[in-house]
Amino acid sequence: MADELNPQPIEILLVDDNDDDVVLLAESFKDSRFLNLLQVVHDGHEALAYLRREGQYKSARTPGLILLDINMPKMNGFEVLQIMKSDPLLRTIPVVMLTTSTRDEDIARSYDGGACSFVSKPVSLEKLKEVIKQFALYWTLVSVVPQPRGSDNA
Amino acid sequence: MTHDTEAPPIPLEILVVDDNEDDVLLLQESLCDLPSVNLVHAVHDGEEALAFLRREGQYAGVSRPGLVLLDINMPKKNGFEVLAEMKNDPLLRTIPVVMLTTSNRDADVTTAYGGGACSFVTKPVNFDRLKLIAEHFVCYWTTVVQIPRAAPESAAKQDPRPPLSTS
Repeated sequence: MADELNPQPIEILLVDDNDDDVVLLAESFKDSRFLNLLQVVHDGHEALAYLRREGQYKSARTPGLILLDINMPKMNGFEVLQIMKSDPLLRTIPVVMLTTSTRDEDIARSYDGGACSFVSKPVSLEKLKEVIKQFALYWTLVSVVPQPRGSDNA
Repeated sequence: MTHDTEAPPIPLEILVVDDNEDDVLLLQESLCDLPSVNLVHAVHDGEEALAFLRREGQYAGVSRPGLVLLDINMPKKNGFEVLAEMKNDPLLRTIPVVMLTTSNRDADVTTAYGGGACSFVTKPVNFDRLKLIAEHFVCYWTTVVQIPRAAPESAAKQDPRPPLSTS
């Protein structure tokens, strides 16, 4: 069924300072054969350096999608979102907020700031896997993301 | 779906904006069958869409949709124009907008996300596939993702209602 629908694998940049969460997410993504490329950075500064291909990220590719935690050291997710959406080169990359928060205020603020989705991290691994599975199906079968810019036209 | 102790998905109310009557009927048919879809409204051009969202004229009593499915090529005002107006309107900008179109041009995809669309879905050509896509679509927006609750316009300052509790 999936093959018939010709899913396009996309590269995801996960921005999350919590190592346990990163491990669980990476584990959940492993079960999804469509999202085969998961890159991880641990704070907002690193995320922007990655997206702008600065320093050690010189040869990084533009991800198809960003999973962005809200509470992080140095620069929180809302700040990263705001900077991205003000940058003509970065504003077309879809940003999904991924957080433990379920506060209405955070949900509204995310969409207001230009996030394309707000996902609350489920507490159980089983549920997380189900969420990631549906997430992966959505972003590979249902919704198209912009073609990443090639590394040659940075 | 998994069943945790968490609340069941909040029923989704969708506004479909599409000038093609056949497409609207097919969409309504594939979406309305799904249990987590509460209501599917349809309007046929961009001006009507904005009137609906702003509750003007005949739309005075409508409720605010949780999500807008927006076609690109439409008479009067096209999808990109509607998107731009919504994203410049503080009362409407938090409503997630999904572009739903026959286009799969890279330029349209980029323009959509650059303009604040949350997602870009290419209309499937056959009905079976449309139904499958509709199922995954609704599953995503009701069980994976949380969208803003209705009426932030009043929440901005003088919301008379008590704050919604979050468990």
